[in-house]
Amino acid sequence: MAPQLNRRRVRGTVAFVAASALASQVLDLGFVSPPAASSRRDVLGAGLAGALGAAFGGNQAAEAYELPPLPYAYDALEPSIDKATMEFHHDKHHNTYVTNINKALEGKDQPSLLDLQKTAIKNGPAFRNSGGGTYNHNFFWLEMAPTGTGGAPSDKLAAAIDESFGSMGEFKAKFEAASAPGARFGSGWVWLVVADGKLVITSTPNQDNPLMEGVEGTEGIPILGIDVWEHAYYLKYQ
Amino acid sequence: LQTDRRQALGLSLAALAAVGSASPALADDPMFTLPPLPYAYDALEPHIDAATMKFHHDFHHQAYITNLNKAMAGKPAASLVSLMPDAKKNKLNNAGGGHYNHCLFWTTMGPKAGGTPSGVLAEKINDAFGSFDDFKSQFSTAAAGVFGSGWAWLVVTKDGSVKITSTPNQDNPLMDSNGEIPILGLDVWEHAYYLKYQNRRPEYISAFFNVINWDKVGEYYAQAASGKPIEF
Repeated sequence: MAPQLNRRRVRGTVAFVAASALASQVLDLGFVSPPAASSRRDVLGAGLAGALGAAFGGNQAAEAYELPPLPYAYDALEPSIDKATMEFHHDKHHNTYVTNINKALEGKDQPSLLDLQKTAIKNGPAFRNSGGGTYNHNFFWLEMAPTGTGGAPSDKLAAAIDESFGSMGEFKAKFEAASAPGARFGSGWVWLVVADGKLVITSTPNQDNPLMEGVEGTEGIPILGIDVWEHAYYLKYQ
Repeated sequence: LQTDRRQALGLSLAALAAVGSASPALADDPMFTLPPLPYAYDALEPHIDAATMKFHHDFHHQAYITNLNKAMAGKPAASLVSLMPDAKKNKLNNAGGGHYNHCLFWTTMGPKAGGTPSGVLAEKINDAFGSFDDFKSQFSTAAAGVFGSGWAWLVVTKDGSVKITSTPNQDNPLMDSNGEIPILGLDVWEHAYYLKYQNRRPEYISAFFNVINWDKVGEYYAQAASGKPIEF
């Protein structure tokens, strides 16, 4: 892809490449760290390697978690996801999870957001709901890209999809069925995870995610997730 | 309201005509049908908006009924309320609970409603919570505190007192076999409020108190205090 000078395309390219590289990272290394705080200037200025590093951080202990900025404009995902939804979803819902997990951790050792996930269910509602909500949404924005810039899975990911589902078309059909109305009843997420070297589709209630010990469904490392809480789609799709 | 399926089918067609919505594909003799709203879609404005009422009743409630009918296909006719105690065991809590909960919900609201309860129910509320304002505050806290989808309830216990409880998704207190009978519920699934309130659930909860039909809830109290759940 030829380098783009337009800022919006660069952000979009970063987001797409980040998502594809994320998948590769997981397949290679078996872990993914969640996005740490970074400004868009830092992400853009540091080049691709810097972007991935800044977006996914490391396992270092954190100060209070910050709401990461959206990697693209609020209307960048139109018409699939409407601008108003992106505004409420990021600025209100996601922000509330961040605020609440920080509150729960006030005066305590604050682990990395990734480290928080494993024991989130054991540690109770604040960790599970707000810690999970923060991770899930940090993750969600990064796996999407402005309309038309999503591209295609890397060779490695495409091969894994074919191996686990037969084809991309079959994967899509299974993922759509898993996210259909009532399949995950109530609020929750549907995920594509790496588990024991295979790709598996699973779903979780509320703000749980497959990194959490004791979670419903398949435990594993999520590489793609869709938020099926009604707030994720109700303004446009009802 | 017990009806046999033939009568229910007739009511269903009449209801659809009244509501003016497109007739859904009716399976042979469906067991359950969508009751019409007891008031116009815009009757609860500005507290609950007309668009929400239309989607909520015509689509969400209807979908629970459609799915319940699918689950009950080929099974002997049963009243909706009779399905509640074993709903979780029979995997009917989602569709069956959804149908029951919304039937109760529409009937406990109305235009020119709100205000405060009277009579025995008012006494029981004061006994349990101290005052009506304390009830409002505790009910609001319970409704705001439901994480994800679910309902907050005012229930009548076996000894005739009232208490507040909440359930996830489309479960309801009748499914828990502890004798607690719901007489008022607030739907806090996001579809119940998102078009108008978005993330501001506390505003929706506050607005709800303006549309509660306390006369109806008082009737429900009397029935529940005699040990009988409200029948739908």
